Parts: sequence; C-alpha cells; structure tokens
Amino acid sequence: MELIDRYLALVGFGETGWGALLLSASAMTLGVSVCGFLTGTLLGSVVTFMKLSRYIVLRWLADGYTTVLRGVPDLLVIYLFYFGGSAFLGSLGGLFGYEGFIGMPAFLTGTLALGVVSAAYQSEVFRGAFKSVAGGELEAASAVGMRPWPKFRRIVAPLVLRYAIPGLGNTWQLVLKESALISITGLVELLRQSQIAAGSTRRPFEFYLTAIVLYLVITWASSIAFRHLEARTMRGTRSSL
Amino acid sequence: MDIAFMWETFLILLTGVPLTLELAVTSIFAGGILAFFLSLLAVVGGPVGRGFTRGYVFVFRGSPLLVQMFLIYYGLGQFRPMLQEIGLWAIFREPYWCAVIALTLNTAAYTSEIFRGGLQAVSVQQVEAARACGMSGPLLFRRIVLPIAIRHALPAYGNEVILMLKATALASVITIMEVTGLAGKLIADSFRAFEVFIVAGAIYLAITFLVTRLMMIIEFWLSPHLRMRPPTLA
Repeated sequence: MELIDRYLALVGFGETGWGALLLSASAMTLGVSVCGFLTGTLLGSVVTFMKLSRYIVLRWLADGYTTVLRGVPDLLVIYLFYFGGSAFLGSLGGLFGYEGFIGMPAFLTGTLALGVVSAAYQSEVFRGAFKSVAGGELEAASAVGMRPWPKFRRIVAPLVLRYAIPGLGNTWQLVLKESALISITGLVELLRQSQIAAGSTRRPFEFYLTAIVLYLVITWASSIAFRHLEARTMRGTRSSL
Repeated sequence: MDIAFMWETFLILLTGVPLTLELAVTSIFAGGILAFFLSLLAVVGGPVGRGFTRGYVFVFRGSPLLVQMFLIYYGLGQFRPMLQEIGLWAIFREPYWCAVIALTLNTAAYTSEIFRGGLQAVSVQQVEAARACGMSGPLLFRRIVLPIAIRHALPAYGNEVILMLKATALASVITIMEVTGLAGKLIADSFRAFEVFIVAGAIYLAITFLVTRLMMIIEFWLSPHLRMRPPTLA
C-alpha cells in the first residue's frame, strides 16, 4: 500500500500533490471543448444551409469544406491557426508600426481549430437531421397557415434538434478528445498540465495514467448527459420500433 | 500565394509520405489482428471475455490517442531498468515503435467493435444452412461466417482506415518526422502556415482518395452476388 500512498502524494490534494492543478486543467479542457463545439455548431449551421441551398456553387463550396476538413489531420488545422494566426497578427501589427512578435492566444487557437473541424462533422449531422423531417409535418404546418420563419422556428428546428442529438453526441466526444492536441500551443489544459507535472516530478507514468482516467471520467459523464438530453427531446413521442 | 515555395514544400513533404504510410499500414495490420481476437473474445468468450473487451474498448475509445501515446513513450521510460531486464527496452526506447504500439492498441478498440458487429450480423439461418450441408467447426467459420462478416464490416472498416491515416499525424508530436511533422517544422521555420497547409492537406487528401477507391474495389470483389450477371445462352 506504499505504492498507493506514493501515488496519492503525487496526484492528491496534499502539499506535494498536483490534484488541484489537474482538476482546474480538466476545467480548461472542458472550457475549450465547449467553446470549440459551440463555434462548430454556429459554423456548421451555416455550412448546412449552404449544403441545402438551391445554388450549386454554395453546395459545392460546402461539400468541399467537409471533404477537406474531414480528410486532413486535425493537428495540421491547429498548426494553421496557431502559426497562421500569429503571422496574421504580426502583419497586422506591422501596419500600425509594431514590429515585434505577436503570439496567437492559445485559447482562441483552440476554439477556432476545434470549431472549424467540428463544423465539418456537425454540418453532416444537421444535414441528415434536416432530411429526416417528414414532409407531412411541413405540409401540416403550411396547412394551418404558418409562414416560413415560424414554420422553421416552431416545427423544423425542434425536430432537427431531436434527430441531431445522437450525432452531436458523437461529435462532442470527438472534440473532447481532440482538445488534447491543443496542448501543443501551450494552452494549459489537462494534457499540458500533466506534461508539466510529469516533467517536474519525473513521474510521467503516474500523471499520464491519471490524465487518461480523468479523460475517461469526462467522456463517460458526457455520454450520460447526452443520453438524458436525448430522452428529454424524445419526450412525447412513442417509438414505433 | 508563392508557387515556387509551394513546390519546394511539396518536394520536402513528399519525403515524409513513406513514413506516414508505413506507420499507417503497420498499425492497421497489427491492430486488425488484435481486433480480430478481441471481437472473437467478445462474441464467444462468455461474460469474462465480454467484460474484458468492453473495458478495453471503453478505455481506448474514451481517452485521447495523444495521451495514450505519451503514456507509452514517456510513461514506460520510467520503468527502464525493468524493461532492460526483460529485453523490451530496445522497443520502448524508439519513438517509432511507441507510436506504432499506441496506434495499434487504439485502432484495435475501434476495429474490434466493427468486427463484432460484422460477426453478429451473420444470420442464424445462414449458419443453419451450412450445418445442414454438413459443415461445422473451422470450415464453417472460414467458408461461411468470416466472408459474410467481412462483407458486413467493410464500409465501417474503410472509415477506420482513413481515421488511422490521419491519426498517424500525432506521431509527429513524439518527434517522428512524417508528413505532419515535416509540415509543422516548415510552418514554424517559414511562418507561411497557409501555403504549407494547402500542400500537406492535398497530400493527405490524395492518399485518402486512393484508399477509398481501394476499399471500393475490395467491396466489389467481395460481393459477386450483387454484380450484374453476364447474359447467358441457357
């Protein structure tokens, strides 16, 4: 049991323990994932509307977006935003006569990169959900005299959300795990904090193992949350299966 | 946009392609074998086998691959004397093998779920029909169950292969200079993220395009019963 005591001294909340830092880093992981996911929902909605548009050019653009962002490693996208953002900020500074290095804020990089990647996945989820809205429901809405906007807001949108939730759950899990890659930009999320702790204590095994356990707790808890959400949006319907 | 710079970038990144493919092929192959046994264990292993595979899948799908890679590469380095004693240090010392091991264990979790679905999709009637013809044991498995399971699993497996191709990019974080590693270095040196991204992205897209075509060919080859029959005289 000496082994357990030594482990707890490392990752616990005692004087030499890294517990508090690891927990706040987990909060950072959740934070950047939520921001990235919501950015992805926003951008993904735009891409979805482009995919469903009657103009072929918009459809092509949207399909190209999905193909590229799903076919390219996410690490590359992070490099693009991190270094590209810094270069952009640098040339912007040059315009105002500032010639120093301006680093891209790590949290912003993470939000943008995760957002742009997850938008590609979310737009496909939303497109499928839109296709699942039955024609009869739209006809019924038109028959009671609903105009396009109320019809969208009160009939289409709630149904789309209901059909999209399982797919969105998958995308969320993906974003959560991808957020570990943001550690290369120096954002102190769970993996980066574990790296720091592993480096300064020279006990990488214990800390990476703890990181894995914390990630498992987060993904497990969010799968439960999504199951509840799904049950809630399905309220009032009876499955025909 | 600087075409000359992009051409130069392309030539440099091209030298990373063999390593990317090598990582992908090695780990997909090894992961496939591991997944095959895991899915067998899940289907015929009883409650213990089922519990074990379920736990395995939960751990490897629920945590980021990068952390798994760090645990193997940096974490196991901590047990150097022990690993030296049993002669495994030569493997865990190399970032390449650590990346392969992490990718293999990770893809095995996803692939075993795909295989399990394929095995469970083989209908009882088909097995019964084979038994009625007098087939049993390994012959039944080899001739009936396996081909049908593979056919069921192939589309999902194609997705997994492409995900693995992209996942090899993480090996660059533990100092392996494959396509993404070279791209990251080029971006950090030149600060021209956009151009390098376009070139590296095009290389990955070309590879995944070829892989999807390859999967389509295999699918065509494995489902002769769905193909149009040539007109016959009889």
